[in-house]
Amino acid sequence: MAQAALRRFSGEALIEEAGPTGMVTLRGTLRSGAILSAVQGAVGLRVPEVRRAESGPRGSVLWMSPDELMLICEAGEAAGIAAGITERLAGEHFLALDLSSARSRFRISGAGAREVLAKGAPVDLAPRAFGPGDLRRTRLGSVAVAFWCTGPDMFELICFRSVADHVYEWLCLAARPGGRVHLY
Amino acid sequence: MLILTCPCCGVTGEETEFHPGGEAHLKRFGPGSEDGEFTAYLFDRKNPRGVHFERWRHAFGCGKWFHAARCTATLEVFGTYSARVSAPPEEILAMIRARRPGWEASA
Repeated sequence: MAQAALRRFSGEALIEEAGPTGMVTLRGTLRSGAILSAVQGAVGLRVPEVRRAESGPRGSVLWMSPDELMLICEAGEAAGIAAGITERLAGEHFLALDLSSARSRFRISGAGAREVLAKGAPVDLAPRAFGPGDLRRTRLGSVAVAFWCTGPDMFELICFRSVADHVYEWLCLAARPGGRVHLY
Repeated sequence: MLILTCPCCGVTGEETEFHPGGEAHLKRFGPGSEDGEFTAYLFDRKNPRGVHFERWRHAFGCGKWFHAARCTATLEVFGTYSARVSAPPEEILAMIRARRPGWEASA
């Protein structure tokens, strides 16, 4: 199937569709040694602290809830990673699933990126309160999203695929030229 | 607007990030109970002007349920605590006594 061209919009911030992304949901006792080593083995990263994201060359690990992680990887790798974790954690109480199709990923970057998110999310996005590695699951407008800070004025965001078009258009509207509030 | 702190993930958020789950600490009466008890379990709810214990869910965040103690008249939140208890913990009660002396007599 031909891949549709990825959309991008340049305004007060750059909004980019990230395209196919591997996402593996891992639920279990996050601080257990078995989960720590399974995550280390799958993407070479530590289990993040509460409301944090770890990133490295092989992907990212997102803290989603007190018993849930999201592993971000290349699109083709998710099924293999989920199967590998399932094999490694045999006998533990856990769940590892390739949920790549469930969600869409966006990148928001540029000087206005913080304000674009702040227009829709009830979150303190001042640089001192939300810096690189910080993550929030919250809402954007009226739909559930998770976003995390990957660098100065650089963010990634995931939302359910069913609302991805809405979120993309919402982000573009919030980033329309001339829309800066200059709060941050 | 209520400002609640989720005890599961530590987020202090405004109420649109949460979803209310009604009165807390209800005791379930199921099969084999008296009709009156079952009716009360289903329908009878406190509706106080003042201290109220409620269930809330961090719907747009970590997705977990928790308990909150708040004042329905002023929206003051006395504290939030784990969903895994069947009565308010002592530190929450102490906070309420400090802020609303004598509330237990009227509750």
